[in-house]
Amino acid sequence: MGALEKQRHILDFTLSSLGRRKGKNIALIIVYTFVIFLLASVLFLTDSLKKEASQILQDTPEMTVQRLVAGRQDLIPVHYIEAIKQIKGVQSVTPRLWGYYYDARSGANYTLMVNAELNDHAGEIIIGTGVSMRNATSMPNHAVWKNDVLPFKTYDGSVVPLKVKGFLSSSSELVTSDLVLVSEADFRKIFPIAKDHATDLVLKVRNGKELATIAAKITQIHPDCRPILREDILRTYNAVFDWRGGVILMVLAGGFFAFIILAWDKATGLSAEEKREIGILKAIGWETSDILLMKFWEGAAVSLTAFFMGIFLAYLHIFLASSILFEPFLKGWSVLYPHFRLTPYVNGYQIAVLFFLTVIPYTVVTIVPSWRSATIDPDSVMRM
Amino acid sequence: MILQRKSDVFFSSLAVGVLLMCLIFLDAAVSQRLDREVVRERREIVRVLELTDLCLFTEARYTRHPSMADLHTPFQDHPLALEHFPSGSVMAIPPHLKLQDSGE
Amino acid sequence: MIHLQDIRKVFNAGKPNEFVAIQGVNLSIDSHGATALKGPSGSGKTTLLSLLGCMARPTSGRITLQEREITSLPERFLTAIRRETFGIIFQQFNLIKGITALENVMLPAYPTGAKHASLKKRAMALLDLMNIADKADAKVEWLSGGETQRTAIARALINNPAIIIADEPTAHLDTALSREFMEIMRQLKNEGKTIVIASHDPIAYASDVIDRVVEMRDGILVSHEDVT
Repeated sequence: MGALEKQRHILDFTLSSLGRRKGKNIALIIVYTFVIFLLASVLFLTDSLKKEASQILQDTPEMTVQRLVAGRQDLIPVHYIEAIKQIKGVQSVTPRLWGYYYDARSGANYTLMVNAELNDHAGEIIIGTGVSMRNATSMPNHAVWKNDVLPFKTYDGSVVPLKVKGFLSSSSELVTSDLVLVSEADFRKIFPIAKDHATDLVLKVRNGKELATIAAKITQIHPDCRPILREDILRTYNAVFDWRGGVILMVLAGGFFAFIILAWDKATGLSAEEKREIGILKAIGWETSDILLMKFWEGAAVSLTAFFMGIFLAYLHIFLASSILFEPFLKGWSVLYPHFRLTPYVNGYQIAVLFFLTVIPYTVVTIVPSWRSATIDPDSVMRM
Repeated sequence: MILQRKSDVFFSSLAVGVLLMCLIFLDAAVSQRLDREVVRERREIVRVLELTDLCLFTEARYTRHPSMADLHTPFQDHPLALEHFPSGSVMAIPPHLKLQDSGE
Repeated sequence: MIHLQDIRKVFNAGKPNEFVAIQGVNLSIDSHGATALKGPSGSGKTTLLSLLGCMARPTSGRITLQEREITSLPERFLTAIRRETFGIIFQQFNLIKGITALENVMLPAYPTGAKHASLKKRAMALLDLMNIADKADAKVEWLSGGETQRTAIARALINNPAIIIADEPTAHLDTALSREFMEIMRQLKNEGKTIVIASHDPIAYASDVIDRVVEMRDGILVSHEDVT
């Protein structure tokens, strides 16, 4: 009871004391909130992308086989299928035809992909939202209409006009934004890929447990092949959006440490006035521990305020404002950038990481430098 | 009741902060439930079109299809290659490239 | 009440700027009286006062407070004794700027964990006693000299100490305020408090409130005389 009341008394005093340098402390809280906001935004964004990837790539092909020539992915001869089909446990092997197409008109890279359903409809395409938006010729942001014709340049310089037959749903933009689905005939017209070659092969197997064995057999039969398993893909996305790995974290860490130095400087440079105050408090009966308690509350008050505000703003930023501040950064040089709304994903781990990265160090940095001042002799104030 | 003590004001704002955190978790849980259908739809498209990657960055092969990226071309297509600064800095190195780096 | 026995206090011991502030002081201060420590600046008054008030420890010698040896007590106990037994009034009053008079008065009681409501009531009663209750919510830098002085006295009284220690309380006051200060000291003495004032101001040490004058010079007690 008395101990609790004491904490509140000391907190009362700390808050009064902080209120004296209102402008400075508010500025500090704003900067600090911004640091936490950035950190939390990165964490929320990468984690929800990771979550999204792990969910929607559940049904990605079980195994993709690509061929490597001189260290690069190369076209795979279709006759490779025969031997692979013979491996026990392989249900089906189908060739995939896809590649990148640079559209000089819109200045964007598309992913052209052959879709079997279009094979009977040569001359027609189905496009993703990004492609559609990008081809808005007359009016900005005006999407392409159905039956509009888009010209595609072939490898030999001629032009193939392809009619837009349909659109991929905008809710699937996260995976389909830059897709142009074409018929095999049109694909081979645009790219110089011979009939007996494909981009890669997609396998279905009877038993998922045999994937590794099958992959090993494939590399035995065709040593120039590289099998990519579904779990590799999922693992890739898990690693690619790891907030601890990206350079963005280094950038943030730089900013963060600059802030630590700033905070340290502020706290270590205890002014003569502050030191005198500590002396007075000690002389009138405050213990060293009371002074440290006061400093603890000072750090906790500033950092907790910034912590809650920063996290809340980051949540609004990422999930309600679609990471608007990060957009130029995330877009990079991609001309097509999907406008997707991420499903919010938060967990206790993120909050704990943010807490240990922000509140704890700030509070420590506030307390530690006052240690020396807190142990000054109470009579020092008499001698001043 | 008027908050008379500064510590009361502080504890109330802490409570508001904790409440905001709870709201965040609540909103996330509700949204996940509401988005279930959309996720299913995306999953279906991935299955039907045999897609392997998220369409986030279209400027380079390894950013458009990180899981399909080349295995043996660390310089041209390394995710940390400086010429691909913006997206390369958001993405980390895919594990198969890391394995290669460590000589495995 | 307080007994000083062969007290010696050295600052910066062992360093080139070593300096002996107090040498061989023996002194007893009885309850319910007012004692003045008189002497020029640098005579060791303030040092003696901080030893009396448990703010510093002597280099050698023994101090007993109410039959209790306190020189060897750990810091924590010393702080508790200081808080509960002594009310200290500093030379420049040393109020904490930027916060209200009321908060300043309540400050010494914060570590005791007293209930807020009763503590506030006690502080208001003290401010009322000092006739400055209407200034309770004013920031201390807005107070006049007299009001600052009264706030400082109220702060010294908040933990209801048995002993009031004042270091050159009249040094920055005009004659009227200095006399007023001594009047308040008289009231406190009449209430049964023990008062120790260090001063070289005749208004203070020659006041009829003072029962006993102890003169110091160069860290040594020169004389004590009982005024009454």
